[in-house]
Amino acid sequence: MRHGKYPFIIGFLVVPVALYAIFVVWAYIQAFYLSVYEWSGLGPVENFVGLGNFRKMWDDTLFWQSIKHNVFLLIFLPIITVILALIFAFLLNVGGGQKGGVTRGVWGSKVYRIIFFFPQLLALAIVAVIFGRVFGPDKSGMINGLFPESWQPWLFLADERYAMGCILVVLVWQAVGFYVVLFSAGMGNIPTEVYEAAAIDGASRMTLFFRITIPLLWNTVQVAWVYLGIAAFDAFALVNIMTVDRGGPDGATSVLSLMIYRNAFEFSQAGYASALGVVLFFLTLTFAWVTLSATRRESVEA
Amino acid sequence: MTTITKTPGPSTASAGRAPNQKRDLKIATGLSHVALVAWALITAGPLLWVLLASFKSNTEIFLGKPFALPNSFSFDTYVNAWSDAHIGRYFINSVFVVLISTAGTMLFGAMAAYVLARYKFPGNRAIYYLFVSGLAFPTFMALAPLFYILKGMGLLGSYTGLVLVYIAYSLPFTIFFLVAFFKSLPYEIEEAATVDGASHVRKFFQIMMPMARSGLVSITIFNIVGQWNQYLLPVVIMSGPGADQKLLLTQGIAQISVSAGYQAEWSTLFAALVLTILPMIIVYAIFQRQIQSGLTAGAVK
Repeated sequence: MRHGKYPFIIGFLVVPVALYAIFVVWAYIQAFYLSVYEWSGLGPVENFVGLGNFRKMWDDTLFWQSIKHNVFLLIFLPIITVILALIFAFLLNVGGGQKGGVTRGVWGSKVYRIIFFFPQLLALAIVAVIFGRVFGPDKSGMINGLFPESWQPWLFLADERYAMGCILVVLVWQAVGFYVVLFSAGMGNIPTEVYEAAAIDGASRMTLFFRITIPLLWNTVQVAWVYLGIAAFDAFALVNIMTVDRGGPDGATSVLSLMIYRNAFEFSQAGYASALGVVLFFLTLTFAWVTLSATRRESVEA
Repeated sequence: MTTITKTPGPSTASAGRAPNQKRDLKIATGLSHVALVAWALITAGPLLWVLLASFKSNTEIFLGKPFALPNSFSFDTYVNAWSDAHIGRYFINSVFVVLISTAGTMLFGAMAAYVLARYKFPGNRAIYYLFVSGLAFPTFMALAPLFYILKGMGLLGSYTGLVLVYIAYSLPFTIFFLVAFFKSLPYEIEEAATVDGASHVRKFFQIMMPMARSGLVSITIFNIVGQWNQYLLPVVIMSGPGADQKLLLTQGIAQISVSAGYQAEWSTLFAALVLTILPMIIVYAIFQRQIQSGLTAGAVK
């Protein structure tokens, strides 16, 4: 490396590092700092409250309600999405049985894959607007429109018992296709000889699925689980756009992300919002760590 | 694998089993198709419904029968959505912002990734980990501080601010992905170029960038889709006086949805949704293979 290695390195790094330092690193440092202050967002930051914001959180029923909803999504979003995606991916790649000794997917698997994947391309905000109408609480809603004339319209999002379930359904609707494609790619890497050998031994499709596909795909499933978990901590666009009273009815769909947004920009509680952000950060880390260590097992090489 | 090794006896037993197995297989394949068709309908149904409803009058929408064809195909709702509800403007705003921010992300991301992947210097690891650790932090955490940083710089409600923030928040993943990619490229060509006296900058633009094409394409698609679909950052940043002219598509649709709700006047909203989704379908139809591999690139390593 002769001519001017260091000027070149600095020249290439200065803009990206500066942008990242100002808008990302500095913002995160500030979030930790603000979390111990009571600050409305205006004027100087001087009212130090120590752990006051966190104590306030402890007594805040909406906070616990939001945590409950996030945990609900955290449990069910990955389980349902991964199971559905695994089944569909298996049917698409291996479900066609064998012809001439070659394992293949069912007929038309390409078309299915293209359709399934499409929702992933739509912004969650757009999906939220669409499903706000799909779940419309009168005959103008798609699902209520499909019900027989004589039925009372269901309230869906306006009913606090089912509102959170509706959110979950929409998240699953959007996510499944992406993981079908992801798992398909993983299944494509499993050598067909493995399937053939098992099939010669008389393995049924169920056996193939549980004894070969899942173990060999375990790493991908793990990654999917973490991604979906992180998505479960967000859900902001859905809750903000789709739900009744944004997070309602009566807090029935409030989630942490919405609480952070509203405290920061609507309730003039920037300090409290930052404290909630710190909690969200530690929850996300804990989740990723627990998932990765709980699901660790001997990875099987194909 | 002990349970499945029960091989049938060589001749008679397997001969008796064959027709049965074939029938089972047919039933299983049939069931597979039922499941797959059902999910395809669930996926496409709401989108098809939006398309049909976009041609209906408000009265027709409230009649129920969501999948009935509209009485007449009038494009009035589309004219309303495009001009009165400003979908056209929001669309152009989004295209403009994403074009610049993705270009910026790719340029700065590739520059940083190249240097971090192929040059030894003190602090290299530290900078790399600083970028990659950004993947662990939820954007929500930084929301309030980010707002005040932009406000302090006078960038609130400006495209400049939005583009810079998009770039900054796209860098961790872009750099993480591209560093791995640049490391996997062969060193011989680069060395030959050095011997020939090519400068560092020239090597980057004329040798490494073309060699890294496939990786760059994947991550470009990833960033375009990610930034196009952003909702949170525009909602936070494009606020304040004068911002309503500058809304992005995701924000705009959300706003139309709210005002349509107040008036219980849905047909314009449906037309607006179609105008938003249709371009995505067209782009997807042309580039579906690249898009699928670009978006899944991050997860398959």
